[in-house]
Amino acid sequence: MRKILLIGNPNVGKSAVFSRLTGLQVVTSNYPGTTVEFRKGYMLLGTEKVEVIDVPGTYTLEPTCKAEEVTCDILKAATKEALKTGDVVINVVDATNLERNLYLTLELMELKIPVIVALNMWDDTKHRGIHLDLNQLAEWLGVPVVPTVAVTGEGFARLIGQIYKAKPPKVRKHTRDERWEDIGRIIGLAQRLEHRHHTFLEWLQDLTIKPETGLPFAGLIALVAFFVIRFIGESLIGYLADPFFDYLWAPVLHSLSNLMGNGGLLHDILIGNLIAGRIDYVQSFGVLSTALYVEFAMVLPYIIAFYLVIGLLEDSGYLPRLAVLMDNLMHNIGLHGFAIVPTLLSFGCNVPGILATRVLESKRERFIASTLISIGIPCAALQAMIIGLLGKHGIFPLLIVYGTLALTWLALGMILNRLTPGFSPELLLEIPPYRFPPAPILLRKTWWRIREFITEALPLIIIGVLVVNLLYRLNIFDAIANVTAPVVSGLFGLPKEAIVAIVIGFLRKDVAVGMLVPLALSVKQLIVASVVLATFFPCIATFVIFIRELGIVDMLKATAIMLATSLTVGGLLNFILSRF
Amino acid sequence: MLLPLTKMKNGEEGYVQEITGGDELKNRLAALGLRISLKVAKVSGLFLGPITVRVGQTQIAIGHGMAGKIILEVQR
Repeated sequence: MRKILLIGNPNVGKSAVFSRLTGLQVVTSNYPGTTVEFRKGYMLLGTEKVEVIDVPGTYTLEPTCKAEEVTCDILKAATKEALKTGDVVINVVDATNLERNLYLTLELMELKIPVIVALNMWDDTKHRGIHLDLNQLAEWLGVPVVPTVAVTGEGFARLIGQIYKAKPPKVRKHTRDERWEDIGRIIGLAQRLEHRHHTFLEWLQDLTIKPETGLPFAGLIALVAFFVIRFIGESLIGYLADPFFDYLWAPVLHSLSNLMGNGGLLHDILIGNLIAGRIDYVQSFGVLSTALYVEFAMVLPYIIAFYLVIGLLEDSGYLPRLAVLMDNLMHNIGLHGFAIVPTLLSFGCNVPGILATRVLESKRERFIASTLISIGIPCAALQAMIIGLLGKHGIFPLLIVYGTLALTWLALGMILNRLTPGFSPELLLEIPPYRFPPAPILLRKTWWRIREFITEALPLIIIGVLVVNLLYRLNIFDAIANVTAPVVSGLFGLPKEAIVAIVIGFLRKDVAVGMLVPLALSVKQLIVASVVLATFFPCIATFVIFIRELGIVDMLKATAIMLATSLTVGGLLNFILSRF
Repeated sequence: MLLPLTKMKNGEEGYVQEITGGDELKNRLAALGLRISLKVAKVSGLFLGPITVRVGQTQIAIGHGMAGKIILEVQR
């Protein structure tokens, strides 16, 4: 099968082009390094099926530092391997940033493979007063040049039409300096810049990156984001999810319960235990009651809210600015500022967060960032349940939980920075301009992420509830509870049965928090339990991705750190809170 | 006068004269569009934090250590 490779600088819209060509759903953002994997898809060219490959962004084919060597080698090898007769490279280029982007174009042409240049974000050139002479450009380069707008689809019919007209260019190998000289000539001929005054967006760009104004702005964004997420989440629960479960689903379940004689093995598994003759969505613990309620009425509304907000932040281009502002702080924990991006993503789910640490250059940074994420960053599902349970007691207990986790994250980071061998490089980052892609793009991205959450979490939640029922029936929990009682009761000050939740937390953290409800914990105990659940073993999905990304040895190290942290922090917190 | 990027004032412009500290740094910066003889405007930078500059159409944030190795000709 013939192949089309999409190659270009970071953050030029390769994934949007990929999406457009293949119809596949991939997440796009406005920061360099959204794509960290090679992605494959297919498209029809006439009647012929061809493979399309989306490649992580790169500025050049020669590695410019140690960290890039791997990426560049993979890229070169893949390009050589992939490109057989009839294969084509679409070089996706940011039309508003031609000069820098052309370097890679020239390098690609020197590989003597058919290249088509897609001048993406073409619509932006007009707002920015950039005039490009397409004929001059195509003539100088000797390859087809097609203006495109990947988010709207403009120019794609022409782009696809050009695919097999591309011929391998006959260009000899150049030195770096020669390439830059050539680029200077091309730009002189083909690009004209109009002088204009600063726009509002440019003013905002400067304001948000200068520490003096940017840091207060970042604080404001964090506050607004928190309240917007709570507002959307609570509205969805109050006006949609709860009414549905109370008025529509509960009668169905009660009839079903009556049909099964209000008891028996199947009844207990599907409906759960009746509490005072009624189904209690949180405490009954049946597959059709608690499992569905926790997923759809307690967790999902916050997941929707979180991904809407983070999606907007991603697409706008704000996150790289946050990375610059956080750089100083992050160096204390052995990371540079860009590590804030995977960390923020982890507040949704740790799995994509740990995957996103691939943008960090060294293995040391990836280990520190991933370990800190699995210990100190509670995922949206866990947070939704903690807010649901603790929120009733006011904002103060929540502040203690979040404050403890933040302190743990920081303190552990500083320790890991001292103890982990290797060095962490400095920040060097392109800051994209602010862009506001059309709303359907944001909504579509949010929808994919929500669907992914449902398909991945629902089976695990159901399995979790099944396992809990099974273990109760077999009386296994009592045995475990007695063994672990010294730690759970002695150190954490929790009833010994709380171990059940901690164990189940390995499957799903949200189900685990739900299991705390029947224990009727005091506020102090709820705080300690929330922190322990958050810092203890990450859920199984995080575990698997950790092993895949960093290997079994690092995972074991991280596990040991987790255990030590969880015991220390949980014990200390219990000790301190008991003094009040 | 010649100044490292770290010593420039916010809002000041200069032309890159030299990048000390080896080819690796030179090439990394070149890949992002920052090369000898180009005009660079410093956007921001505070204490030991990263420094943000504008070169052509691009904004780049550069760690403090690296920024100290970029020497510019500045009119004062």
